[in-house]
Amino acid sequence: MIEGILIGLTTALTLQNILMVMVGCFFGTIIGMLPGLGPMTAIALMIPITYGFDPATGLILMAGVYYGAVFGGSTSSILLNAPGVPGTVATSFDGYPMAQQGKAGKALAIAAWSSFAGGTLSAIYLLFMAPSLSKVSLSFRSPDYFALMILGLTAIAAFSSKGQFLKAMMMVVLGLMLASVGQDSLSDITRFTFNNMNLTDGISFVLVVMATFAMSEALTIILKRNDPTSAAKQVSLTELGSIKINKEERSKMYKTIPRSSIIGFLIGVLPGAGATIASFLAYGMERNVVNDEEKEKFGKGSVNGLSAPETANNAACSGSFVPMLTLGIPGSGTTAVMLGALLGFGVQPGPRLYMTNPEIFWSIIMSMYIGMVILLILNLPLIPYIARILAVPKNYLIPLILFFSVTGIYVMSFNNFDIYLMIGIAVVATFLRLYDFPMPPLILAFVLGGLMEENLRRSLLLSNGSWEFLWDRALTACILLTTILIVIWHVYKTMFKKTNN
Amino acid sequence: MNINTTKIISLLFFIFSAFYLYTAYQIQVFAFDENAPFNARTFPIYLGYAGLFFSGLKVVLPEPNTIKVDHKNLEYKKTGILIVIAIIYGATILKVGYFLTTSLFLFSSYYFLGERRWVLMFLLSFPFVAAFMYLLHGILDIYLRDPFLQSIGVMG
Repeated sequence: MIEGILIGLTTALTLQNILMVMVGCFFGTIIGMLPGLGPMTAIALMIPITYGFDPATGLILMAGVYYGAVFGGSTSSILLNAPGVPGTVATSFDGYPMAQQGKAGKALAIAAWSSFAGGTLSAIYLLFMAPSLSKVSLSFRSPDYFALMILGLTAIAAFSSKGQFLKAMMMVVLGLMLASVGQDSLSDITRFTFNNMNLTDGISFVLVVMATFAMSEALTIILKRNDPTSAAKQVSLTELGSIKINKEERSKMYKTIPRSSIIGFLIGVLPGAGATIASFLAYGMERNVVNDEEKEKFGKGSVNGLSAPETANNAACSGSFVPMLTLGIPGSGTTAVMLGALLGFGVQPGPRLYMTNPEIFWSIIMSMYIGMVILLILNLPLIPYIARILAVPKNYLIPLILFFSVTGIYVMSFNNFDIYLMIGIAVVATFLRLYDFPMPPLILAFVLGGLMEENLRRSLLLSNGSWEFLWDRALTACILLTTILIVIWHVYKTMFKKTNN
Repeated sequence: MNINTTKIISLLFFIFSAFYLYTAYQIQVFAFDENAPFNARTFPIYLGYAGLFFSGLKVVLPEPNTIKVDHKNLEYKKTGILIVIAIIYGATILKVGYFLTTSLFLFSSYYFLGERRWVLMFLLSFPFVAAFMYLLHGILDIYLRDPFLQSIGVMG
């Protein structure tokens, strides 16, 4: 392995490859900040360029774009509540409230350091565990994935504050319902399209995120313009605040980062899971492990609540390279695009990749760490400038948020039906938000919907329609048991506190 | 049972779930798939029942903290205007093109939100959209159809 690491270092530290990581990180940050243009788009745009280089250099460039885009997505999540990338939706839960309190600079600094730490730790995990983890990820079967999705959805308990459980569950069901629109993945039968061709491919994830977060946020700000309770918030939005992280905040991050990086990395390793699920799960877990006083701060600008998803999404990015490089199975949509590029280079990913192309395998792993360092060097000094977005007056900022949302959707499909659909969903979401119906559970359910149905289908078909698959395998049973325990614990805690009150 | 807006929303969701469930049962599946353990309508049917269950519980169970929204302080007019502008934007973008509709969308939004600094409004609409369009079309090579710019010969 030492020989492999040296080969990787030699390849990654050439002037050309360092330059590629820098260009990739910078380009990715800019693209990631633009809602609608996520890492997948950025990497897809890079593919024709990378074919001019050797495979290692091409993949190093794409890895840089990937990290940059994830960080760029965090920036727009924190400053505008408009997640540019699905993996940074959870970042906005505490990042945006922090920015509203006049601590935008601090929120961006916490995000940058957490991303760096998450990426660094996961690069170390990847270095030592990639070969053995490929075996673990192979042992996951459909029932286990289905159970994992259920566990992911119970994380909604973490998003719902007291008395909100049923509202959160209704939003979960609504998210799953929205995900069921379009063609059935196996039979191609169209569902809930009402003979409208525009719905045949289903509703795009970016559309739902833009509508429920960016657009509905903009509409809510206008709607509550004269509301005295929200006026104070709007004034503080123009403040950048210090980017220095104090001792107390640092000590919170020291505890959050290691556990979130492990969750992020392990979820990233599972084929098909990816950064979005990792960040939601890390956020949910973090809320469950902190003390009651800190728990109250979640959703209102908690340091732990911001650090956890940021660490996890970057750790998952590294983790998602494991199934791609060792099994040829992409861990996320973005690595699926990279897998396509790899095949285009004539490189066949799989367990033999270390032997046939060690320089590719190890140079990607080494360049990940270099990418993290460069991302931090590039982004930390830029925070005061990036955060200036908040100083833009509301009369300009709101139309610009609407502009980025609408353009993001239009550029994806060049179809005005998507614009109407987005406006419709945004209006409903704005109304629901007025009455405290939480949006994050809807998003999480929308992400998991397709995967959940797919895994339930396989499990039921394999067990011939019997639900015994839920306890047939020890792994499935353990995951489900954890889910049940979490629900019981939440219900018990709510009832216990009620009695005490 | 106290009726408040949250319960009305839950009731609407209950009706929506009932409609969803009815539509789920209407999904046409292949004849050989009709009695399969899992077909295209299985998952939506579960979802329909789940929607009925949770919204039904929300309607029936007592509300611990009632949300009160002060409608007098809400800016319905301006919000409505912005939504109408966005709908008009969607209706015209394909016919007129990206540049003009997007610029007018931004300019009119600034205006209706109360902005009157005309030069700044202009700079943050027409040149801003032109620069953004150059980034997408010129640098990132994302094709943006624009009949207006084509008609005046700016775009090929």
